[in-house]
Amino acid sequence: MNHTILYVIGAVLYIVGAPFLGCLMDGVERKLSARMQGRIGPPVLQPWYDFIKLLNKQVVTVDRAQFFILMSYLVLMVMSGAMFFSGNDLLMTFFVLSTTGTFLYFAAIVPSSPYSSMAASRELIQEVCYEPAVLLLSVGFYLATGTFNARAVFTQNTSLVMFLPGFLAAYLFAMIIKLRISPFDVSTSHHAHQELVQGVTTEMGARNLALFKLAEWYEMVFLYGVVAIFILNSSPVSILAAVLVDLAVFFCFVLIDNTNARVKWENMLGLSWAVTGLCSGVNLLILMMIR
Amino acid sequence: MGKVKKSPWLLHYDGSSCNGCDIEVLATLTPVYDAERFGVVNTGDPLQADILMITGGINQQNAPVVKQLYDQMPRPKVVVAVGTCACSGGVFRECYNMLGGADSTIPIDIYVPGCAARPESIMDGIMKAVELFQKRSDEHDRYEKEHKGEAGPVDPNINTARDKVRMKEMKGAADV
Repeated sequence: MNHTILYVIGAVLYIVGAPFLGCLMDGVERKLSARMQGRIGPPVLQPWYDFIKLLNKQVVTVDRAQFFILMSYLVLMVMSGAMFFSGNDLLMTFFVLSTTGTFLYFAAIVPSSPYSSMAASRELIQEVCYEPAVLLLSVGFYLATGTFNARAVFTQNTSLVMFLPGFLAAYLFAMIIKLRISPFDVSTSHHAHQELVQGVTTEMGARNLALFKLAEWYEMVFLYGVVAIFILNSSPVSILAAVLVDLAVFFCFVLIDNTNARVKWENMLGLSWAVTGLCSGVNLLILMMIR
Repeated sequence: MGKVKKSPWLLHYDGSSCNGCDIEVLATLTPVYDAERFGVVNTGDPLQADILMITGGINQQNAPVVKQLYDQMPRPKVVVAVGTCACSGGVFRECYNMLGGADSTIPIDIYVPGCAARPESIMDGIMKAVELFQKRSDEHDRYEKEHKGEAGPVDPNINTARDKVRMKEMKGAADV
Protein backbone atom coordinates (compact mmCIF):
# COMPACT_ATOMS: atom_id res chain seq x y z
CA MET A 1 0.00 0.00 0.00
CA ASN A 2 2.75 2.38 1.02
CA HIS A 3 4.53 1.65 -2.22
CA THR A 4 1.46 2.46 -4.29
CA ILE A 5 1.42 5.93 -2.74
CA LEU A 6 5.09 6.34 -3.64
CA TYR A 7 4.36 5.49 -7.27
CA VAL A 8 1.46 7.95 -7.39
CA ILE A 9 3.76 10.61 -5.92
CA GLY A 10 6.29 9.78 -8.67
CA ALA A 11 3.68 10.37 -11.38
CA VAL A 12 2.39 13.59 -9.79
CA LEU A 13 5.92 14.90 -9.31
CA TYR A 14 6.61 14.23 -12.98
CA ILE A 15 3.43 15.93 -14.19
CA VAL A 16 4.04 19.03 -12.07
CA GLY A 17 7.83 19.20 -12.01
CA ALA A 18 8.90 17.99 -15.46
CA PRO A 19 8.09 21.25 -17.32
CA PHE A 20 10.26 23.23 -14.91
CA LEU A 21 13.08 20.71 -14.91
CA GLY A 22 12.89 20.33 -18.71
CA CYS A 23 12.86 24.10 -19.16
CA LEU A 24 15.90 24.44 -16.90
CA MET A 25 17.73 21.67 -18.79
CA ASP A 26 16.90 23.38 -22.07
CA GLY A 27 18.28 26.66 -20.73
CA VAL A 28 21.46 25.06 -19.38
CA GLU A 29 21.89 23.31 -22.74
CA ARG A 30 21.73 26.63 -24.60
CA LYS A 31 24.11 28.26 -22.15
CA LEU A 32 26.53 25.35 -22.32
CA SER A 33 26.39 25.35 -26.14
CA ALA A 34 27.13 29.06 -26.16
CA ARG A 35 30.14 28.61 -23.86
CA MET A 36 31.43 25.81 -26.07
CA GLN A 37 31.23 28.20 -29.03
CA GLY A 38 32.98 30.99 -27.10
CA ARG A 39 29.84 33.08 -26.58
CA ILE A 40 28.26 34.46 -23.43
CA GLY A 41 24.95 32.89 -24.31
CA PRO A 42 21.37 33.58 -23.24
CA PRO A 43 20.19 33.55 -19.61
CA VAL A 44 19.49 30.08 -18.21
CA LEU A 45 15.77 30.95 -17.99
CA GLN A 46 15.64 31.93 -21.69
CA PRO A 47 13.38 28.98 -22.73
CA TRP A 48 10.89 30.15 -20.10
CA TYR A 49 10.92 33.71 -21.50
CA ASP A 50 10.40 32.25 -24.98
CA PHE A 51 7.49 30.19 -23.69
CA ILE A 52 5.78 33.22 -22.08
CA LYS A 53 6.37 35.27 -25.23
CA LEU A 54 4.81 32.57 -27.42
CA LEU A 55 1.68 32.53 -25.26
CA ASN A 56 1.37 36.31 -25.74
CA LYS A 57 1.54 36.26 -29.54
CA GLN A 58 -1.37 36.47 -31.93
CA VAL A 59 -2.54 33.00 -32.94
CA VAL A 60 -2.21 32.43 -36.68
CA THR A 61 -2.88 28.88 -37.83
CA VAL A 62 -3.27 27.38 -41.25
CA ASP A 63 -5.37 24.51 -39.95
CA ARG A 64 -7.30 24.62 -36.70
CA ALA A 65 -6.97 20.86 -36.29
CA GLN A 66 -3.30 21.44 -35.50
CA PHE A 67 -4.09 22.73 -32.02
CA PHE A 68 -6.13 19.64 -31.19
CA ILE A 69 -3.48 17.29 -32.56
CA LEU A 70 -0.69 19.07 -30.67
CA MET A 71 -2.81 18.89 -27.53
CA SER A 72 -3.11 15.11 -28.03
CA TYR A 73 0.65 14.99 -28.57
CA LEU A 74 1.22 16.77 -25.28
CA VAL A 75 -1.32 14.71 -23.31
CA LEU A 76 0.08 11.40 -24.61
CA MET A 77 3.62 12.55 -23.85
CA VAL A 78 2.61 13.41 -20.27
CA MET A 79 0.79 10.08 -20.04
CA SER A 80 3.76 7.98 -21.17
CA GLY A 81 6.07 9.88 -18.82
CA ALA A 82 3.66 9.54 -15.90
CA MET A 83 3.31 5.80 -16.61
CA PHE A 84 7.08 5.47 -16.51
CA PHE A 85 7.62 7.52 -13.36
CA SER A 86 4.88 5.61 -11.55
CA GLY A 87 6.92 2.47 -12.26
CA ASN A 88 4.43 0.91 -14.67
CA ASP A 89 4.82 -1.52 -17.55
CA LEU A 90 7.83 -0.43 -19.60
CA LEU A 91 6.58 -2.02 -22.83
CA MET A 92 3.23 -0.21 -22.59
CA THR A 93 5.02 3.06 -21.82
CA PHE A 94 7.11 2.77 -24.97
CA PHE A 95 4.03 1.92 -27.06
CA VAL A 96 2.34 5.09 -25.84
CA LEU A 97 5.55 6.98 -26.66
CA SER A 98 5.40 5.67 -30.26
CA THR A 99 1.81 6.86 -30.58
CA THR A 100 2.98 10.26 -29.34
CA GLY A 101 5.44 10.49 -32.23
CA THR A 102 2.65 9.77 -34.70
CA PHE A 103 0.67 12.73 -33.39
CA LEU A 104 3.64 15.00 -34.03
CA TYR A 105 3.68 13.66 -37.59
CA PHE A 106 0.00 14.56 -38.01
CA ALA A 107 0.50 18.01 -36.48
CA ALA A 108 3.22 18.70 -39.05
CA ILE A 109 1.35 17.31 -42.03
CA VAL A 110 -2.11 18.94 -41.61
CA PRO A 111 -1.09 22.44 -42.72
CA SER A 112 0.10 20.85 -46.03
CA SER A 113 3.06 23.21 -46.22
CA PRO A 114 5.87 21.75 -48.36
CA TYR A 115 8.52 22.29 -45.65
CA SER A 116 6.38 20.99 -42.84
CA SER A 117 5.18 17.95 -44.83
CA MET A 118 8.72 17.01 -45.84
CA ALA A 119 9.82 17.33 -42.22
CA ALA A 120 6.85 15.22 -41.13
CA SER A 121 8.02 12.32 -43.31
CA ARG A 122 11.49 12.77 -41.87
CA GLU A 123 10.00 12.65 -38.37
CA LEU A 124 8.50 9.25 -39.26
CA ILE A 125 11.93 8.08 -40.40
CA GLN A 126 13.38 9.28 -37.09
CA GLU A 127 10.76 7.17 -35.36
CA VAL A 128 11.69 4.14 -37.47
CA CYS A 129 15.31 4.72 -36.41
CA TYR A 130 14.88 4.91 -32.64
CA GLU A 131 11.97 2.52 -32.24
CA PRO A 132 13.90 -0.82 -32.44
CA ALA A 133 16.37 0.21 -29.74
CA VAL A 134 13.60 1.38 -27.42
CA LEU A 135 11.43 -1.72 -27.90
CA LEU A 136 14.38 -4.09 -27.56
CA LEU A 137 15.23 -2.32 -24.32
CA SER A 138 11.98 -3.57 -22.77
CA VAL A 139 12.79 -7.11 -23.95
CA GLY A 140 16.23 -6.89 -22.33
CA PHE A 141 14.67 -5.43 -19.21
CA TYR A 142 12.30 -8.40 -19.02
CA LEU A 143 15.08 -10.93 -19.45
CA ALA A 144 17.16 -9.27 -16.73
CA THR A 145 14.43 -8.69 -14.14
CA GLY A 146 11.66 -11.15 -15.05
CA THR A 147 9.05 -8.39 -15.31
CA PHE A 148 8.17 -5.43 -17.51
CA ASN A 149 7.41 -3.21 -14.51
CA ALA A 150 9.93 -0.39 -14.26
CA ARG A 151 9.61 -0.38 -10.45
CA ALA A 152 11.41 -3.76 -10.41
CA VAL A 153 14.76 -1.94 -10.54
CA PHE A 154 14.37 -1.02 -6.87
CA THR A 155 14.39 -4.71 -5.88
CA GLN A 156 17.59 -5.53 -7.82
CA ASN A 157 20.82 -6.01 -5.92
CA THR A 158 23.00 -4.87 -8.80
CA SER A 159 22.42 -2.13 -11.35
CA LEU A 160 20.93 -3.29 -14.64
CA VAL A 161 23.84 -1.78 -16.58
CA MET A 162 25.84 -4.85 -15.52
CA PHE A 163 23.47 -7.05 -17.54
CA LEU A 164 22.43 -4.58 -20.24
CA PRO A 165 25.47 -2.51 -21.30
CA GLY A 166 24.68 -3.06 -25.00
CA PHE A 167 21.09 -1.99 -24.51
CA LEU A 168 22.27 1.17 -22.74
CA ALA A 169 24.57 2.02 -25.68
CA ALA A 170 21.77 1.42 -28.20
CA TYR A 171 19.31 3.42 -26.09
CA LEU A 172 21.69 6.39 -25.79
CA PHE A 173 22.13 6.33 -29.56
CA ALA A 174 18.36 6.22 -30.03
CA MET A 175 18.02 9.08 -27.55
CA ILE A 176 20.22 11.32 -29.72
CA ILE A 177 17.78 10.69 -32.57
CA LYS A 178 14.71 11.12 -30.41
CA LEU A 179 15.95 14.42 -28.93
CA ARG A 180 16.94 15.60 -32.44
CA ILE A 181 20.52 16.33 -31.44
CA SER A 182 22.79 17.55 -34.20
CA PRO A 183 24.00 14.69 -36.36
CA PHE A 184 20.40 13.42 -36.42
CA ASP A 185 18.32 16.60 -36.38
CA VAL A 186 16.83 15.87 -39.80
CA SER A 187 13.18 16.67 -38.99
CA THR A 188 13.72 19.90 -37.08
CA SER A 189 16.57 21.77 -35.50
CA HIS A 190 16.97 24.00 -32.47
CA HIS A 191 19.43 26.10 -34.42
CA ALA A 192 18.94 28.27 -37.47
CA HIS A 193 20.73 26.00 -39.92
CA GLN A 194 17.90 23.72 -40.96
CA GLU A 195 17.32 23.59 -44.72
CA LEU A 196 13.60 22.98 -44.13
CA VAL A 197 13.09 26.39 -42.44
CA GLN A 198 12.08 25.09 -38.98
CA GLY A 199 11.18 21.52 -39.97
CA VAL A 200 8.11 20.08 -38.24
CA THR A 201 7.56 23.33 -36.37
CA THR A 202 7.50 25.50 -39.52
CA GLU A 203 3.72 25.94 -39.40
CA MET A 204 3.53 26.18 -35.62
CA GLY A 205 3.45 29.65 -34.15
CA ALA A 206 2.44 31.30 -30.88
CA ARG A 207 0.34 28.99 -28.69
CA ASN A 208 0.94 25.91 -30.83
CA LEU A 209 4.71 26.26 -30.68
CA ALA A 210 4.44 26.77 -26.92
CA LEU A 211 2.58 23.44 -26.68
CA PHE A 212 5.30 21.78 -28.74
CA LYS A 213 8.00 23.19 -26.43
CA LEU A 214 6.12 22.02 -23.36
CA ALA A 215 5.85 18.50 -24.79
CA GLU A 216 9.57 18.61 -25.59
CA TRP A 217 10.38 19.41 -21.95
CA TYR A 218 8.24 16.50 -20.75
CA GLU A 219 9.92 14.25 -23.31
CA MET A 220 13.41 15.32 -22.23
CA VAL A 221 12.80 14.52 -18.54
CA PHE A 222 11.19 11.20 -19.47
CA LEU A 223 14.07 10.10 -21.74
CA TYR A 224 16.72 11.03 -19.17
CA GLY A 225 14.60 9.17 -16.61
CA VAL A 226 14.87 6.00 -18.69
CA VAL A 227 18.68 6.24 -18.50
CA ALA A 228 18.32 6.11 -14.70
CA ILE A 229 16.72 2.63 -14.71
CA PHE A 230 20.07 1.23 -15.90
CA ILE A 231 21.76 2.60 -12.78
CA LEU A 232 19.14 2.40 -10.01
CA ASN A 233 19.07 -0.56 -7.63
CA SER A 234 17.92 -1.35 -4.11
CA SER A 235 20.61 0.81 -2.49
CA PRO A 236 19.82 4.53 -1.99
CA VAL A 237 23.34 5.50 -3.14
CA SER A 238 22.35 4.42 -6.65
CA ILE A 239 20.00 7.43 -6.88
CA LEU A 240 23.01 9.74 -6.61
CA ALA A 241 24.86 7.62 -9.16
CA ALA A 242 21.89 7.81 -11.54
CA VAL A 243 21.80 11.61 -11.28
CA LEU A 244 25.55 11.81 -11.95
CA VAL A 245 25.27 9.50 -14.98
CA ASP A 246 22.37 11.59 -16.30
CA LEU A 247 24.45 14.76 -15.94
CA ALA A 248 27.38 13.12 -17.76
CA VAL A 249 25.08 11.97 -20.58
CA PHE A 250 23.61 15.48 -20.77
CA PHE A 251 27.06 17.04 -21.12
CA CYS A 252 28.12 14.51 -23.77
CA PHE A 253 24.97 15.20 -25.79
CA VAL A 254 25.61 18.95 -25.78
CA LEU A 255 29.18 18.24 -26.92
CA ILE A 256 27.96 15.94 -29.71
CA ASP A 257 25.40 18.57 -30.73
CA ASN A 258 28.14 21.18 -31.10
CA THR A 259 30.69 19.04 -32.90
CA ASN A 260 28.62 17.24 -35.52
CA ALA A 261 27.05 18.23 -38.80
CA ARG A 262 23.70 16.82 -39.88
CA VAL A 263 23.77 13.48 -41.71
CA LYS A 264 21.46 12.37 -44.49
CA TRP A 265 18.46 10.37 -43.37
CA GLU A 266 19.77 7.27 -45.21
CA ASN A 267 22.91 7.35 -43.08
CA MET A 268 20.88 7.89 -39.94
CA LEU A 269 18.70 4.87 -40.72
CA GLY A 270 21.65 2.61 -41.55
CA LEU A 271 23.72 3.75 -38.61
CA SER A 272 20.95 3.50 -36.02
CA TRP A 273 19.90 0.02 -37.09
CA ALA A 274 23.51 -1.16 -37.22
CA VAL A 275 24.19 0.16 -33.71
CA THR A 276 20.92 -1.28 -32.38
CA GLY A 277 21.50 -4.63 -34.08
CA LEU A 278 25.07 -4.95 -32.88
CA CYS A 279 24.80 -3.63 -29.32
CA SER A 280 21.30 -4.79 -28.37
CA GLY A 281 21.49 -7.97 -30.46
CA VAL A 282 24.76 -9.24 -29.02
CA ASN A 283 23.69 -8.26 -25.51
CA LEU A 284 20.37 -10.07 -26.01
CA LEU A 285 22.10 -13.26 -27.17
CA ILE A 286 24.48 -13.28 -24.20
CA LEU A 287 21.60 -12.56 -21.83
CA MET A 288 19.56 -15.45 -23.23
CA MET A 289 22.55 -17.79 -22.83
CA ILE A 290 23.40 -16.91 -19.22
CA ARG A 291 19.77 -16.78 -18.02
CA MET B 1 0.63 40.64 -19.87
CA GLY B 2 3.97 38.97 -20.11
CA LYS B 3 7.50 40.22 -20.39
CA VAL B 4 7.86 39.49 -24.08
CA LYS B 5 10.90 41.69 -24.60
CA LYS B 6 13.25 39.06 -23.24
CA SER B 7 12.61 36.83 -26.22
CA PRO B 8 12.86 38.65 -29.55
CA TRP B 9 13.04 36.20 -32.45
CA LEU B 10 14.45 37.64 -35.61
CA LEU B 11 13.62 37.14 -39.26
CA HIS B 12 16.23 38.48 -41.64
CA TYR B 13 15.35 39.31 -45.24
CA ASP B 14 17.77 40.70 -47.78
CA GLY B 15 16.25 42.89 -50.46
CA SER B 16 18.55 44.09 -53.23
CA SER B 17 21.76 45.07 -51.53
CA CYS B 18 25.49 44.56 -51.99
CA ASN B 19 25.32 42.00 -49.12
CA GLY B 20 27.56 44.16 -46.93
CA CYS B 21 24.78 44.65 -44.38
CA ASP B 22 23.90 40.93 -44.46
CA ILE B 23 27.42 40.05 -43.49
CA GLU B 24 27.26 42.57 -40.65
CA VAL B 25 23.91 41.12 -39.51
CA LEU B 26 25.49 37.67 -39.42
CA ALA B 27 28.47 39.10 -37.52
CA THR B 28 26.00 40.44 -34.96
CA LEU B 29 24.64 36.94 -34.40
CA THR B 30 27.98 35.11 -34.25
CA PRO B 31 30.32 34.79 -31.22
CA VAL B 32 32.05 38.19 -31.25
CA TYR B 33 28.86 40.24 -30.82
CA ASP B 34 26.58 37.37 -29.71
CA ALA B 35 23.06 38.78 -29.92
CA GLU B 36 21.74 35.58 -28.34
CA ARG B 37 22.69 36.88 -24.89
CA PHE B 38 19.64 39.17 -25.24
CA GLY B 39 17.51 36.18 -26.23
CA VAL B 40 17.71 36.91 -29.95
CA VAL B 41 17.17 33.82 -32.08
CA ASN B 42 17.68 33.99 -35.82
CA THR B 43 14.65 32.09 -37.07
CA GLY B 44 13.89 31.53 -40.74
CA ASP B 45 10.18 31.28 -40.09
CA PRO B 46 7.92 34.36 -40.33
CA LEU B 47 5.25 32.56 -38.31
CA GLN B 48 7.60 32.44 -35.32
CA ALA B 49 9.34 35.78 -35.77
CA ASP B 50 8.81 38.98 -33.77
CA ILE B 51 11.24 41.33 -35.45
CA LEU B 52 11.58 41.61 -39.22
CA MET B 53 15.01 42.85 -40.18
CA ILE B 54 15.35 44.12 -43.74
CA THR B 55 18.62 44.88 -45.46
CA GLY B 56 18.85 46.34 -48.94
CA GLY B 57 16.41 48.38 -50.97
CA ILE B 58 13.08 47.31 -52.40
CA ASN B 59 12.65 46.69 -56.11
CA GLN B 60 9.71 45.56 -58.23
CA GLN B 61 10.66 41.93 -57.78
CA ASN B 62 11.05 41.68 -54.02
CA ALA B 63 8.29 44.09 -52.95
CA PRO B 64 5.57 41.37 -52.89
CA VAL B 65 7.92 39.05 -51.00
CA VAL B 66 8.58 41.64 -48.30
CA LYS B 67 4.88 42.41 -48.09
CA GLN B 68 4.03 38.73 -47.68
CA LEU B 69 6.69 38.14 -45.02
CA TYR B 70 5.33 41.09 -43.07
CA ASP B 71 1.75 39.83 -43.39
CA GLN B 72 2.68 36.32 -42.27
CA MET B 73 4.19 37.52 -39.00
CA PRO B 74 1.77 37.37 -36.06
CA ARG B 75 1.17 40.48 -33.95
CA PRO B 76 2.85 42.10 -32.07
CA LYS B 77 5.70 42.69 -34.52
CA VAL B 78 8.40 45.26 -35.16
CA VAL B 79 10.25 46.05 -38.40
CA VAL B 80 13.85 47.22 -38.50
CA ALA B 81 15.49 48.59 -41.65
CA VAL B 82 19.24 47.99 -41.55
CA GLY B 83 21.63 50.02 -43.69
CA THR B 84 21.28 53.01 -45.96
CA CYS B 85 19.65 51.02 -48.80
CA ALA B 86 16.87 49.70 -46.58
CA CYS B 87 16.38 53.16 -45.04
CA SER B 88 16.16 55.18 -48.24
CA GLY B 89 17.24 53.15 -51.26
CA GLY B 90 20.85 54.31 -50.94
CA VAL B 91 22.95 54.47 -54.09
CA PHE B 92 20.39 52.35 -55.94
CA ARG B 93 17.59 54.83 -55.27
CA GLU B 94 17.41 56.28 -58.79
CA CYS B 95 17.54 52.91 -60.60
CA TYR B 96 14.62 52.21 -62.95
CA ASN B 97 13.50 49.10 -61.03
CA MET B 98 13.75 50.50 -57.50
CA LEU B 99 10.79 51.51 -55.37
CA GLY B 100 13.07 52.99 -52.68
CA GLY B 101 13.71 52.01 -49.06
CA ALA B 102 11.82 49.32 -47.19
CA ASP B 103 9.26 51.90 -46.08
CA SER B 104 7.99 52.08 -49.64
CA THR B 105 6.31 48.73 -49.09
CA ILE B 106 5.71 48.14 -45.36
CA PRO B 107 5.71 50.38 -42.26
CA ILE B 108 9.19 50.59 -40.72
CA ASP B 109 9.68 51.26 -37.00
CA ILE B 110 13.44 51.50 -36.54
CA TYR B 111 15.99 52.83 -39.02
CA VAL B 112 19.59 51.69 -38.56
CA PRO B 113 21.92 53.88 -40.65
CA GLY B 114 25.32 52.97 -42.10
CA CYS B 115 26.87 51.67 -45.28
CA ALA B 116 27.43 48.97 -44.26
CA ALA B 117 25.68 49.27 -40.88
CA ARG B 118 28.09 48.48 -38.04
CA PRO B 119 27.28 45.47 -35.81
CA GLU B 120 27.18 47.86 -32.83
CA SER B 121 24.49 49.98 -34.44
CA ILE B 122 22.56 46.88 -35.56
CA MET B 123 22.62 45.70 -31.95
CA ASP B 124 21.42 49.14 -30.88
CA GLY B 125 18.60 48.89 -33.42
CA ILE B 126 17.62 45.47 -32.09
CA MET B 127 17.52 46.80 -28.52
CA LYS B 128 15.28 49.70 -29.61
CA ALA B 129 13.08 47.23 -31.49
CA VAL B 130 12.84 45.05 -28.37
CA GLU B 131 11.51 47.99 -26.30
CA LEU B 132 8.94 48.76 -28.97
CA PHE B 133 8.01 45.07 -29.15
CA GLN B 134 7.19 45.10 -25.42
CA LYS B 135 5.19 48.31 -25.80
CA ARG B 136 3.19 46.87 -28.69
CA SER B 137 2.52 43.69 -26.78
CA ASP B 138 1.17 45.69 -23.82
CA GLU B 139 -0.96 47.83 -26.15
CA HIS B 140 -2.22 44.71 -27.87
CA ASP B 141 -3.19 43.13 -24.54
CA ARG B 142 -4.91 46.32 -23.38
CA TYR B 143 -6.83 46.55 -26.64
CA GLU B 144 -7.93 42.92 -26.36
CA LYS B 145 -9.08 43.52 -22.78
CA GLU B 146 -11.06 46.65 -23.62
CA HIS B 147 -12.63 45.24 -26.76
CA LYS B 148 -13.35 41.73 -25.53
CA GLY B 149 -15.80 39.92 -27.77
CA GLU B 150 -15.79 42.58 -30.46
CA ALA B 151 -14.73 41.98 -34.03
CA GLY B 152 -11.03 42.60 -34.66
CA PRO B 153 -9.56 45.55 -36.57
CA VAL B 154 -10.54 45.60 -40.23
CA ASP B 155 -7.02 45.62 -41.61
CA PRO B 156 -5.01 42.84 -39.93
CA ASN B 157 -1.79 44.55 -40.95
CA ILE B 158 -2.42 47.57 -38.77
CA ASN B 159 -0.93 46.94 -35.34
CA THR B 160 -1.41 50.07 -33.32
CA ALA B 161 -2.71 53.60 -33.47
CA ARG B 162 0.77 54.65 -34.50
CA ASP B 163 0.70 52.29 -37.45
CA LYS B 164 -2.66 53.67 -38.52
CA VAL B 165 -1.26 57.21 -38.56
CA ARG B 166 1.76 56.01 -40.49
CA MET B 167 -0.35 54.17 -43.06
CA LYS B 168 -2.37 57.34 -43.54
CA GLU B 169 0.83 59.33 -44.02
CA MET B 170 2.11 56.83 -46.55
CA LYS B 171 -1.17 56.98 -48.44
CA GLY B 172 -0.93 60.80 -48.45
CA ALA B 173 2.63 60.66 -49.73
CA ALA B 174 1.61 58.28 -52.53
CA ASP B 175 -1.20 60.66 -53.59
CA VAL B 176 1.24 63.55 -53.93
